[in-house]
Amino acid sequence: MNKQGNTYTFLYAAILVVVVAAVLSFVALSLKPMQTKNIKIEKMQNILASVKINDVEANEAEKIYNKLITKTFVVNVKGEVVEGVNAFDVDLSKEVKKKVDKRNLPVFIYTKDGVNKYIIPVRGKGLWGPIWGFISLNDDKNTVYGAIFDHQGETPGLGAEIANEAFQKPFSGKQIHNESGKFVSIEVHKAGKGTDIHSVDGISGGTMTSKGVDAMLKDCLSSYEAFLKK
Amino acid sequence: MSAKEPLFSANNRKLVTGPLSKNNPIMVQVLGICSALAVTAKLEPAIVMALSVTAVVAFANVIISLLRNTIPSRIRIIVQLVVVAGLVIVVDQVLKAFAYDVSKQLSVFVGLIITNCIIMGRLEAFALGNTPWRSFLDGIGNGLGYGIILVAVAFFRELLGAGTLFGYKVIPQCFYDAGYSDSGLMVLSPMALITLGVIIWVHRARNKDLIEEN
Repeated sequence: MNKQGNTYTFLYAAILVVVVAAVLSFVALSLKPMQTKNIKIEKMQNILASVKINDVEANEAEKIYNKLITKTFVVNVKGEVVEGVNAFDVDLSKEVKKKVDKRNLPVFIYTKDGVNKYIIPVRGKGLWGPIWGFISLNDDKNTVYGAIFDHQGETPGLGAEIANEAFQKPFSGKQIHNESGKFVSIEVHKAGKGTDIHSVDGISGGTMTSKGVDAMLKDCLSSYEAFLKK
Repeated sequence: MSAKEPLFSANNRKLVTGPLSKNNPIMVQVLGICSALAVTAKLEPAIVMALSVTAVVAFANVIISLLRNTIPSRIRIIVQLVVVAGLVIVVDQVLKAFAYDVSKQLSVFVGLIITNCIIMGRLEAFALGNTPWRSFLDGIGNGLGYGIILVAVAFFRELLGAGTLFGYKVIPQCFYDAGYSDSGLMVLSPMALITLGVIIWVHRARNKDLIEEN
């Protein structure tokens, strides 16, 4: 067969593509269970980290999670419990696209010495892609106990610093309502300006990501307002 | 190459050692600069990136070399792209399954290996005209040559930019107390380019034969 002819070229391309597609499907399918498990474990580690249980080994995450997270449920924007939805399986990336009154809002409860802490997942947009995190509130449903954030593709060394302790630690002790009980969220200010009880320092050089965190907190926490006021 | 040539003949060894210095893909051929700037803010992602690129370029070289007598020349670039893209997706999937943390750090850059000029360059310049084993060695050599530069740049950027290596603090606290502070500029891409420039400068100064005439 003429190796430079059209028939050969088309045949060659078709066969190559089919072979590559088959190989890729096989790889993707056979690795899928491990990937899903990784994602699930990471979520559990994140939830635990938001209540300051850090460095949970991947192989123990599930056990510790099941022991410490005593209750999970889903509420709607009015603060009523929604039946029949598993809080852990709620896909926040889909929820934040819905109108606020249609959202399923998951709540995870961590009990320590008989006192509840409320863990609320948040998700928003950074500079390059999605950012997300978990915020835990003390049982006054106002004071932040801990916060963790993560991102898909923020710039390493800049926006990606939101995943670091230095950015997350100052959230502890901040309050999301002001003295008169009005929801004010926690604002992310320019580095060095986040000094009052309702704001934290942003990241210098990571302004867009910092703003993303700010918007994410406003959007997600405000939808829980009714639940938090109960 | 005769069929009886030993696997690690001087000629073959040169395929691996050449790209480490005299024929380095980044310093001499000036390929793959883009990712060298992007993933070198920290050491760990730089190393994983180097290994991923080495794996992709080595295996793509072998596959293209095996196919080299069958590929219609008019669509050879497309064939190369399909092979490279396929391998990159495999690497990405494997990282997600077995090294989840690192794959998260590298994020989009794994996918961008496809656009790394070194890979296409080696396929086009070497694998299309050489046997699989020699192509494999050439791929390993070029991957490593790319890798050492990445690691060198990342070393200086992480050390001066964050005061850490592999995430561990190496600059003692007393330096900070005495007024030293990390240079935020090192973390930004322009300093990666300048660091790379300095490395090339030192390399040229030590290898005078690489300096262009005029």
